[in-house]
Amino acid sequence: MTTLKSVDVVLVGFGWTGAIMGQQFVDQGLSVLALERGPWRDTSTDFATTFAQDELRYMWRHHLFQNVADDTLTIRNNTRQQALPMRRLGSFLLGTGVGSGGVHWNGQIWRFLPTDFQTKSHNQARYGKQAVTDYDLTVQDWGITYDELEPHYDTFDRLCGTSGKAGNLRGKIQPGGNPFEGARSNEYPTPPMVQTYGPTLFGEAAASLGHKPFPHPTGNLSQPYTNPLGAQLGECTYCGFCEKFGCGNYSKASPQTTVLPYLMSKPNFMLKTECEVLRVELAPDKKIATGVTYVNSAGEEFFQPAKIVILSAYILQNVRLLLLSGIGKPYDPATGEGVVGRNYAYQTMSSVNVFFDDKIINPFIGAGAMATVIDEYNGDNFDHGGLGFIGGAYIAGMVTGGRPIEMIYTPKGTPAWGLEWKHAAAKNYLKSFSISVHGSNMSNRGNYLDLDPTYRDVHGRPMLRMTFDFTDNDFKMSNYLTDRASEVARAMGPREIKENRRKGSWNVTPYQTTHNTGGAIMGDDPNTSVVNKYLQTWDVHNVFSMGAGAFPQNAGYNPTATLAALAFHSASAIISQYLKAPGPMVQA
Amino acid sequence: MAVREFDRRKFLLAGAAAGTTAAAVVFHDGELGAPPETITGGMPWAEGAADSPPGADTGTGYVYLTAAEAAFVEAAVDRLIPADPVGPGAVEAGVPTFIDRQLAGTYGRGDHYFLGGPWPAGVQEQGYQSRFSPAQLYRAAVPAVDRYVAGKFKSATFAALSAADRDTVLKGMESGDVHLDGGVNAKSFFAMLLQNTKEGYFSDPMYGGNRDMAAWKMIGFPGARYNYKEWVTRHGERFPNPPVGFKGRPAWKA
Ligand SMILES: Cc1cc2nc3c(=O)[nH]c(=O)nc-3n(C[C@H](O)[C@H](O)[C@H](O)COP(=O)(O)OP(=O)(O)OC[C@H]3O[C@@H](n4cnc5c(N)ncnc54)[C@H](O)[C@@H]3O)c2cc1C
Ligand code: SF4
Repeated sequence: MTTLKSVDVVLVGFGWTGAIMGQQFVDQGLSVLALERGPWRDTSTDFATTFAQDELRYMWRHHLFQNVADDTLTIRNNTRQQALPMRRLGSFLLGTGVGSGGVHWNGQIWRFLPTDFQTKSHNQARYGKQAVTDYDLTVQDWGITYDELEPHYDTFDRLCGTSGKAGNLRGKIQPGGNPFEGARSNEYPTPPMVQTYGPTLFGEAAASLGHKPFPHPTGNLSQPYTNPLGAQLGECTYCGFCEKFGCGNYSKASPQTTVLPYLMSKPNFMLKTECEVLRVELAPDKKIATGVTYVNSAGEEFFQPAKIVILSAYILQNVRLLLLSGIGKPYDPATGEGVVGRNYAYQTMSSVNVFFDDKIINPFIGAGAMATVIDEYNGDNFDHGGLGFIGGAYIAGMVTGGRPIEMIYTPKGTPAWGLEWKHAAAKNYLKSFSISVHGSNMSNRGNYLDLDPTYRDVHGRPMLRMTFDFTDNDFKMSNYLTDRASEVARAMGPREIKENRRKGSWNVTPYQTTHNTGGAIMGDDPNTSVVNKYLQTWDVHNVFSMGAGAFPQNAGYNPTATLAALAFHSASAIISQYLKAPGPMVQA
Repeated sequence: MAVREFDRRKFLLAGAAAGTTAAAVVFHDGELGAPPETITGGMPWAEGAADSPPGADTGTGYVYLTAAEAAFVEAAVDRLIPADPVGPGAVEAGVPTFIDRQLAGTYGRGDHYFLGGPWPAGVQEQGYQSRFSPAQLYRAAVPAVDRYVAGKFKSATFAALSAADRDTVLKGMESGDVHLDGGVNAKSFFAMLLQNTKEGYFSDPMYGGNRDMAAWKMIGFPGARYNYKEWVTRHGERFPNPPVGFKGRPAWKA
């Protein structure tokens, strides 16, 4: 094994969090090396508008996603089952390559609610102690507040050029925005997208019921924008090939369109692709990391010494690297002890389809975050007294696109094939629409991540094992919210609606969301968290774990703005405190 | 100026080392196996580097399917999406050609499936659990279905059954009531067959199915366009333009 020249910072993985941390450190004059297991990717060569609209290649043949032939994870619903490999991507679509999930995400940009950061203390104060211990929930406070994160949410919005309308500007409720959001220090950088027909009808129906609909905040840009790094984004053309696809138009905020043109030009930055980190190496006392060991696609192994190791490899790989490197005590569901892998959570989704006789929706005119939304029933925006659950969801009248293999909705009772199915497809494709219920997922004692005892990846390392199922809290929440979505659906005056409720155990096959959270959670107590509020691991002070792995439970929103804000918050603490005095930044 | 260096020393396909077939560098779709690169000093833009789709041979005849397999696929997809005046059937739309080319290529080889063992059956929530790649599954499943049919319907192959009997067998596979031998899970094979049929029916004609974009025309999907800005606020109006594919439209050839 070859030992390479030391760098100040090594980034493990080069998606959103890797790109953000890289830019922050390069600006400090540090030498930064990013190790990315996938290939280089850029807009003009990899997602050209002449071939980006290929549903077969990108969605169904997984062209931009992690290849599970090399590495997958094993899955089961509970510890009584044997975990088996996810042999094909389904429920979530893991990214790989430069930009990773930031390339093929929708661009739905959300902040969590101020109370979401105090899930335990807030709900206990309002609903009593048992509100969070029912159903074996293990929810926690984050150890950070919305107000501490707000400036960093704002930085991410300005980086992306987020299109939207503020609902709460410095404490003042604004018409047209989300009245439930936490106070924002600034208006969105660009105005909201123009709403297409389906979302418009949804907004009218929601308003008629007394709700306060607003346009979904988007990283699909409503107008051209130049961000503070000088990167230029174009105007979205509503092409409908956004989520699961790269944007050939420079219109979707991604590492490629917002950070890379700036970062890549810096002489103190270097990127190595097709290089997979195998583990973080620790000094004999296990209190400090010396660097990382990686293997390239030629099979050559290297030791890369570094002063700071940033795990920016997505939550599942981050947790696995922590476990493989012996950082932090692994969680044991039998005793409830240990922290790494604890509080894995997901997202609890349902939907309602709406079918019209007379209205042509033209679903192919869409964008990754094209929606009108109501937030009345998210988080603790409504009284949960007597409902028997905590958490909530946003309800979105959404048209991301009309890709015909994935997105043909047929009425209740239609078979999946045959003449009847074909007739229903022909009749309803242009005239139907889906309302999505994007729900929270509360962490539970039995849901966790650890290393699989049987299955191994292409390098011979144990795969990650995921043990997960929904709990009664999630089902109750989801049913209550699906009822609310159905009310709006009916108010749209359709011929009929179809409810797609959350039923049964978590299943690996249909796509749900790639909003996996937890496993390397943050907090203020090393006995119940892996990282402190600066995402610094409690046990090894020069190893930082980015991403949604830090979330102690999942809120009813998409995660990326929050994990980006946490990255900016971590970088600013590393720059202002850690570089001057390396060591734990929070005393345990 | 970007410095980009290909590290080709001892270059090996990582997948090959583990006993699976890895895609060649041309399919640089994120798998381990492309050459390692070091990039510094700028964006490594290169002339002619576009990662355009590989497409498929859309001519007639079968490349992977044997005559018996082709007879099965034609007879099955004809029931999954039958022809009538509303729109094309799967056979007319070229779905058997699409499936054949997919099975002959990287998809058929299972390049994006993890196929390592052990292989317990698992529960339904755990999804596809088999050591067969898609091409191997079709190869094992077709004779297994024919054996089932021979036992149940007295010496007929699936392809020789009436439409109604084919529907009965397909429904039994879909529900899991039909059990097949040869290590084939009828339910997962049915799910793959139906998925592949819809893929061939609705994907870009470049892949051999969706002939003349007739399936797109039937539902009103305008194809591989990328700019609808003028249409965003034209609420409820029917979009008038015919579909386009990556290679244009059939009419352009005239
Ligand atoms: C289809 C889809 C739609 C989505 N839509 C939205 C949305 O609308 N809104 C939202 O908020 N979120 C959305 N997401 C989620 C969003 O993509 C992620 O939250 C975000 O990309 C996570 O960023 P990250 O930096 O943590 O990880 P990633 O972006 O996944 O980056 C991790 C990188 O690390 C690399 N890596 C992993 N292991 C190693 C290793 N051992 N060595 C070297 N490199 C390694 C990976 O190849 C990858 O490039 C979506 C995701 C998907 C798949
Ligand atoms: S919908 Fe807009 S942002 Fe999304 S891929 Fe198309 S042009 Fe880009």
